[in-house]
Amino acid sequence: MTSEFAVEMRDVVKRFITPEGNEMAAVDHVTMQIKNGEFFSMLGSSGCGKTTSLRMVAGFEWPTEGEVYIEGKAMGHTPPFQRKVNTVFQSYALFQHMTVYQNLAFGLEMEGAKDDEIKKRVGRALEMVQLTGMDRRRPRQLSGGQQQRVALARALVKTPDVLLLDEPLGALDLKLRKEMQLELKALQQQLGITFIYVTHDQEEALTMSDRIAVMSKGKVQQMGTPVEVYERPSNKFVADFIGESNFLAGKIKSISGNEASVFIPSLNAELAGMPISDGLVKGEEVNVCIRPEKIRIAEKEAVNQNMFRATVTNTVYIGVDTKVFVDAHGAKLKIWEQNRISRLDPKSFYTVGQEVWLMLMPENTLILKKD
Amino acid sequence: MLQRLRESKSAQGTILALPTTIWLFVLLIIPLILTMVVSFGRRSPDGGVIYTFTLDNYTRLFGYSTDCPDGQASCFDPLYVNILGRSLSLAFNTTLLVITLAYPLAYFIARAHPKQRNFYLFMVLIPLWTNFVIRVYAWMMLLRKEGAINIILGWLMNLLHIPFAPLEMLYTPGAVLVGMVYEFLPFMILPIYTSLEKIETPLYEAAADLGANAIKTFLRVTLPLSMPGVVAGTILVFIPVMGTFIVSDILGGRQVILVGNLIQRQFLDARDPTFGSAASLILMVMTLIVTYFYTRKFGFGEEIVVA
Amino acid sequence: MNPYRRSPFVIVATVLVYIFLYAPIVGLVLYSFNASRANVTFEGFIPAYSDRVVMDGSLVKTSPCGPFHWYCELAKNGDVAEAAGNTLTIAFSATIISTIIGTMAALALQRYNFKMKPFSQLSLYVPIVIPEIVMGIGILTLFSQVFGWVNDTFNLAGDARLSLGMMTVTASHIAFMVPFVALVVQARLSGFDKSYEEAAMDLGANEWTTFRRVTFPMILPGVMSGALLAFTLSLDDFVITFFTNGPGSTTLPIYVYGLLRRIITPQVNALSTVWILVVFLAVLILQILQNREQKQHT
Repeated sequence: MTSEFAVEMRDVVKRFITPEGNEMAAVDHVTMQIKNGEFFSMLGSSGCGKTTSLRMVAGFEWPTEGEVYIEGKAMGHTPPFQRKVNTVFQSYALFQHMTVYQNLAFGLEMEGAKDDEIKKRVGRALEMVQLTGMDRRRPRQLSGGQQQRVALARALVKTPDVLLLDEPLGALDLKLRKEMQLELKALQQQLGITFIYVTHDQEEALTMSDRIAVMSKGKVQQMGTPVEVYERPSNKFVADFIGESNFLAGKIKSISGNEASVFIPSLNAELAGMPISDGLVKGEEVNVCIRPEKIRIAEKEAVNQNMFRATVTNTVYIGVDTKVFVDAHGAKLKIWEQNRISRLDPKSFYTVGQEVWLMLMPENTLILKKD
Repeated sequence: MLQRLRESKSAQGTILALPTTIWLFVLLIIPLILTMVVSFGRRSPDGGVIYTFTLDNYTRLFGYSTDCPDGQASCFDPLYVNILGRSLSLAFNTTLLVITLAYPLAYFIARAHPKQRNFYLFMVLIPLWTNFVIRVYAWMMLLRKEGAINIILGWLMNLLHIPFAPLEMLYTPGAVLVGMVYEFLPFMILPIYTSLEKIETPLYEAAADLGANAIKTFLRVTLPLSMPGVVAGTILVFIPVMGTFIVSDILGGRQVILVGNLIQRQFLDARDPTFGSAASLILMVMTLIVTYFYTRKFGFGEEIVVA
Repeated sequence: MNPYRRSPFVIVATVLVYIFLYAPIVGLVLYSFNASRANVTFEGFIPAYSDRVVMDGSLVKTSPCGPFHWYCELAKNGDVAEAAGNTLTIAFSATIISTIIGTMAALALQRYNFKMKPFSQLSLYVPIVIPEIVMGIGILTLFSQVFGWVNDTFNLAGDARLSLGMMTVTASHIAFMVPFVALVVQARLSGFDKSYEEAAMDLGANEWTTFRRVTFPMILPGVMSGALLAFTLSLDDFVITFFTNGPGSTTLPIYVYGLLRRIITPQVNALSTVWILVVFLAVLILQILQNREQKQHT
């Protein structure tokens, strides 16, 4: 390996002309460094630029500005067939006029591999995705999950430096998708190849990735490990997109060291002792973000300065959790409470109209800049 | 009765299909059977048919002749066999040439921006919908000695100071070939386009991703996937070329005689329907054999309906 | 390099093929303004504001219509008018009948099982795999044998005698048009989800209402394109018409063919130009309508 990074995007811009004739930046000054052997995900809703970014790495599109590097080499206008990366397509793009074996052999034939070597490598690849014996079938004779494996094997049999996966599990049903997530992750660890994985499913990204780039409107909103992006979202978009969050608008009252007090008008109260990130100043308008599962509900007031009275407006029992929706002086909050105890008695659940106390631990909150 | 009809799906289907089936039976199947019967008959002096069973028409077609030069009782006359062979080779050549011309154009249209595709197809449809006879006539005007091609060539040669005598292009086998290609080109463009258009972009991307360059992608992915279109187009071109007589009649004059001309003359000039029927039956068998082996090798494209 | 961009070779080949497609048509149109009647040589265009310029044989005639001399002659030609009338009459009536019975057959073949289904389906492919001339002479033989027998047996005379004419041409046209209509509609029906009909029945519609309100409107585009295909096939047909027409049923293609074998004047070019223009406008209007329909659906 010549470079520390398997793939690097430096200040990449990709502009398209829309059918209406306007220019639109699908990817807007994106910089990413993807390390060797990393499972890297690009996460975002449709149109966020994740697929375009992936296609620029594959070579199907070329950047309008900036540069894509693979193994430290600038790619420029290198065509896809000269890049040491391979793609698993969302639609699989299996060749219907070829058998499974021929599909896998295709890429090796393009390298000029010898017949017996092709046979050996295709056999190994099929074994790897547990499709041994299916080599003479046609793609359409296979189930969706099997077709997905063929697409995976076809790309992997070329032993690429980087495997690009464009929502490869999107067409599968939920249960199969969850199985495949774990399988893909295991496969990646076993092979030690860099995976770049595009998805709109946050749970999928959190489950599999070493690092995630959360994208929106062509820009990278945050890049980090699953824990980082979930526990320390860097802005309101990320906090809202990954998991769910309560946002309370407020104003910084005072800062001392790494801690700040924020006045929340809707609660008519001050939250004290909250960790603060750089760049925030006293008097600044901010959003205080709290994850629903990190709010505690107490029935009686304890001695704590970060406790607020609230009224239950709705509860939803979903098995694992009970979702409790409350109104605290006009601030609407949601709280997930885990059902740790097996119970049936309706009285043991919260009821609509019930008065409760909410406990917001300062270390569980985040102060985010107003957008 | 009505109640029974309402409950019997099979009766409903029969009734719906009946008009078409009867029509086709009376005007397609019976005529074919009749042609076969007539082909075994003998010509009556007034040009009618005497129904009997004789293979004379077929033996004559394949070269058996009693009209021999040096008083022999029978000899081989290659006249009709040559006509059959010429028709077959013309049909093959036309089909090959048409595929060569149609493929790049169909490919161009299929890879054009979706909004422009309709325009390009429209440009293919215009000549197709212009009448068949008019299209042959147009080539007659171009190819004749005083026609546009010779005028342009003469003008060019004059510019280059090369002596030029107008070319005799009309009434040659080449003129017939050009006319045939022109007549049937759109019938190949449309099915090939249809099958090319169905190939989704990710397949090209997958091929490139797996290391295939443009030429390899074309040979290994594009071409095999467009074969149904080529097969359908071949059927739509080969069969009519085998049977057409106008093109050779007008552009070939008396020089290029094909099976179609032979059959037509037996019915209208020579007034020997029995021999004409035998010839047309042989024509049908030849096309069916070629079509059968061809489709068995490549499959029968559903694109045929689209065109 | 973008692997799926069209190469220069493809573009050059495309341009050449389009030239090949259009050169004859352009020539045809240009010659319709030929100043010479013989149409053998191009004597130059008919000048717009001059009178004595058209060579009709050895005569030099005046052209009151200016450069459109041959179009005026065409308009005066009664045979052309009659042939055009015949062509349209045959095309319209054959299209209506073949569309109705072809659609019925398509429904039967796609939706029902019945004894003669394989035979019906197979017969649809006959006109595709058999050269037209074989069908043409077969039908001619049938008509001449049957008509001859009827005329002799019943001793028919004069106008009562059965002979080839509009009826035989129309009937034969229907025979080769029906399969195309049926196959096009069948293709449309095969992509048709049966649950729409089940939903209609579930909501209380009987079979007939379901067909009228749900099935038919949904297959209508297929029926229309089948009808259109049939109509153009009929307009364009030469071979079948050639063998089945009689006195008084000459169609335009037959008329033009007759002219080509005798003497050709630029009138033929004028006729061809008008034809091309009509086809051009018809295809254009169809395309516009189709585009509008597509836009409404998206």
